[in-house]
Amino acid sequence: MTEQKESGQLTPGLRDEPGPLGGPGQSAATPLDPDGPAKRVERLDRVIIRFAGDSGDGMQLTGDRFTSETAQLGNDISTLPNFPAEIRAPAGTLPGVSSFQVHFADYDILTPGDSPNVLVAMNPAALKANVGDLPAGATVIVNTDEFTPRNLKKVGYAANPLEDGSLDAYAVHPVALASMTIGALAVHEVSKKDAERAKNMFALGLLSWMYSRPYDSTMRFLEKKFAKRPDLVTANVAAFKAGWNYGETAEAFAVRYEIAPATMPAGDYRNITGNGALALGLVAATVRSGLPMFLGAYPITPASDILHELSKHKRFGIVTMQAEDEIAAVGAAVGASYGGSLGVTTTSGPGVALKGETISLAIMLELPLVVIDVQRAGPSTGLPTKTEQADLNMALFGRHGEAPLAVIAPRSPADCFDAAIEAARIALTYRTPVMLLSDNYVANGSEPWRLPDVADLPDLRVDFATGPNEGEKFLPYLRDPQTLARPWAVPGTPGLEHRIGGLEKADRTGDISYDPANHDHMVRIRAARIAAIPVPDVEVEDPAGAARVLVLGWGSTYGPIGAACRTLRQRGLDIAQAHLRHLSPLPANLGDVLAGYERVVIPEMNLGQLAHVIRARYLVDAIPYNQVRGLPFTAAELESMLTGVVSGVLPETYREEVVNNG
Amino acid sequence: MAEIPVKLTQKDFKSDQEVRWCPGCGDYAILAALQGFMPELGIPRERIVFVSGIGCSSRFPYYMNTYGMHSIHGRAPAIATGLSVSRPDLAVWVVTGDGDALSIGGNHLIHALRRNVNLKILLFNNRIYGLTKGQYSPTSELGKITKSTPSGSTDSPFNPVSLALGAEASFVARTIDSDRKHLQSVLRAAAEHEGSALVEIYQNCNIFNDGAFDQLKDADTRDDYLIRLEHGQPLTFGHEGQWCVARTAGGFGLEVRPTEAVAATDIVTHDVTIADPSYAFALSRLPQPDLRNTPIGVFRSAARPTYDRLVTEQIDHAVTGRNATPEDELAALLRSGDTWTIN
Repeated sequence: MTEQKESGQLTPGLRDEPGPLGGPGQSAATPLDPDGPAKRVERLDRVIIRFAGDSGDGMQLTGDRFTSETAQLGNDISTLPNFPAEIRAPAGTLPGVSSFQVHFADYDILTPGDSPNVLVAMNPAALKANVGDLPAGATVIVNTDEFTPRNLKKVGYAANPLEDGSLDAYAVHPVALASMTIGALAVHEVSKKDAERAKNMFALGLLSWMYSRPYDSTMRFLEKKFAKRPDLVTANVAAFKAGWNYGETAEAFAVRYEIAPATMPAGDYRNITGNGALALGLVAATVRSGLPMFLGAYPITPASDILHELSKHKRFGIVTMQAEDEIAAVGAAVGASYGGSLGVTTTSGPGVALKGETISLAIMLELPLVVIDVQRAGPSTGLPTKTEQADLNMALFGRHGEAPLAVIAPRSPADCFDAAIEAARIALTYRTPVMLLSDNYVANGSEPWRLPDVADLPDLRVDFATGPNEGEKFLPYLRDPQTLARPWAVPGTPGLEHRIGGLEKADRTGDISYDPANHDHMVRIRAARIAAIPVPDVEVEDPAGAARVLVLGWGSTYGPIGAACRTLRQRGLDIAQAHLRHLSPLPANLGDVLAGYERVVIPEMNLGQLAHVIRARYLVDAIPYNQVRGLPFTAAELESMLTGVVSGVLPETYREEVVNNG
Repeated sequence: MAEIPVKLTQKDFKSDQEVRWCPGCGDYAILAALQGFMPELGIPRERIVFVSGIGCSSRFPYYMNTYGMHSIHGRAPAIATGLSVSRPDLAVWVVTGDGDALSIGGNHLIHALRRNVNLKILLFNNRIYGLTKGQYSPTSELGKITKSTPSGSTDSPFNPVSLALGAEASFVARTIDSDRKHLQSVLRAAAEHEGSALVEIYQNCNIFNDGAFDQLKDADTRDDYLIRLEHGQPLTFGHEGQWCVARTAGGFGLEVRPTEAVAATDIVTHDVTIADPSYAFALSRLPQPDLRNTPIGVFRSAARPTYDRLVTEQIDHAVTGRNATPEDELAALLRSGDTWTIN
């Protein structure tokens, strides 16, 4: 086991302080077999584990459970699920490999980690697909039962890698996971198939022992998940315990590790995914606004989980409609907004493309609407389970006519909660569609989230129009001088009957108008009211205050950029980091911030979409750094690139790309 | 919600906007009939909403002094669904045309009907695109010569009534723009129906498809062409009652036969309440390409749970079962799952 540190972390002293829980020695982590052989215990500050297997091997569930056990211990956590688009790709093949990476530490971390310290490979395909990411010295636990000649051949292994010396750089633990699980369950009344399927719990038990995880929550989880099949509860619990006891007794596992709790701000925490946090943020928005919420959605990866979650919360007056298509989903949300609900639609890039015309209608009608785009790699179907940030252009510009709206992007899974509330706040206050750009990395990744106090959440209450606003008259397009928003007069209000629509409206009255000067005025005022939305200044992190290079990002790149900047600073290099949450309108101080640095670097998981905006808007010679591999940046590659920029070695290739294309 | 007694007149439903259809357009007659009929409903204007899509007919909401939204092409049923289900206290009407509802918006129409959303959908069918100046529509006849089909249309048309019944619409009717009395009687039945009501209105476009329904309107021909549907009445028609509707011998459907050739007991008695839409569908298949045997009136008015009601019941049930304030429920929700405390 290598003891790597995400260097540049915190103050060195912090790491040596024992955590408030005093390490993992909680009751739940007591060995199942107190008479087992004593093992050496080593303390680590952080570990990255990757569980990899076939799509049907339950790796996502295994990773989730390990994460939950780890959260109970108070470690900081960041996770990265990675799975194929196919529900069940052909068994044993490279495209069918599904993995779940979890990074946990005794200090605050920003990413799921670049290189796993431990790989659990359930079959040859999982080994082959992941071994390239391992640093020398990494631990590899393989399920030898699957290393048959046929399976090896299926993924192109000429020889068995467990025997040909190709894994000599790693600490390899061959474990007959499946047959040992079947053996352990022989005394129980479980079919061989069900017993074999419980092998992921054997692996989880082994890893839980190795890293001294408390397993109470997993026991509870299994009891709940298989409540209708007590035999499966027995099987999975027994498999878990067999794995734990195997670690305890097998001589091959000589060391047990402990990772102390991280020092984090006091409070109550839970682990949360980005999609989970978005859903809860929307629930909070409906509670804090006092408005019923209407979600129109059409199933699409990776956004469907938000629909699933919100469908459970009818007690908050939330109506969820699975519409016939993406267009109907947003249309119904606009209809509900017109009627006085908080209208929301959730989708991914292809869905936003379909919704474009209706979003433009909402811009013309000046009604609140929250559009959530959980971005995935495109265009077209692209890589539907992989991440990308390439919908920024569409969010900012992807509609007909001059159709501005507000755009915001969360930076991490937990931040999705606040971003959802902020999106609702802007939509309700300024009567505008707001696009929230999440992405697959943020949506399915998870991290600890400090639970907010409900009373401290923003007050989102709105005032509907109740009577005339000019003498005896009601003018549906008479604007509030502060917000430039028009009145929200919902049907059912006596005396305010009026008609709105997609045709250009006369200023103030909202009547149909074909007048050239009026159209010019209305186009400008629709733009002005978005531009005038007050958004917080962008903050710059530059601890020494001596940086000459600024790295600017948005959305989910916050983690890897932040981790890379920490490393640079630890190595004595100065670098400033700024991260945009509001992309439309941009923070008022952004121009001044950019002007304060000799160089600005913009890493994005697209071909330079924010960089184009920054260059056009501020005439700043920003350097784009781009990657579209369907995976988040690693901190290491950003560290390498930023080191080059800070050292004055401009990455000329990127500059040329912009000159040629921009 | 208690009904507020209101006494309104046709004038109360006229908005201050200038009506801008072509002189002679059938839409004027429909607008006047609707404005004249609305006061009968006893619903205050503020609780009535007209939602439309795009097309000549879709200008309709501007002329009604109620709440209204002129939306985008084909999407009115979707938008109206969101409004209706979130505001069951409102009376939501959709005004659409053959292009809007059956071409670009076909998907939303069939799904609104199958869900049985509480919408009254008025489909103005003039068998032509008017607003885009004269292209064929999904109800234009095969072989129709238009600007976009100079050699004749090669598309087979939809029968909107058949389509709606295929989607199991709970209320389907057909009427004609020029017959104010019939139009109003159908609108009344639609308004009284709980659930989706699709009313096809044959409407004359005197600019691009003039006279499309003349045989159904002319005093000389109409009695021999129209089958007037009245619940509980035998289906006989013709200026001398010489035609009747009978079951196809040995077949599945209905057919028109000489009355004298059919035993009185074999003449079909119209029943709008039959749960299975097959009967109404068979009726909808009677018209010939030359408009002979066109039924008008209510084809089907069957009771079926509405989407609005089912959704509202689920929400009400969940809200009633709540034992804390929304804030406390939220606090509990945020804490659900595995939590831990750091001091």
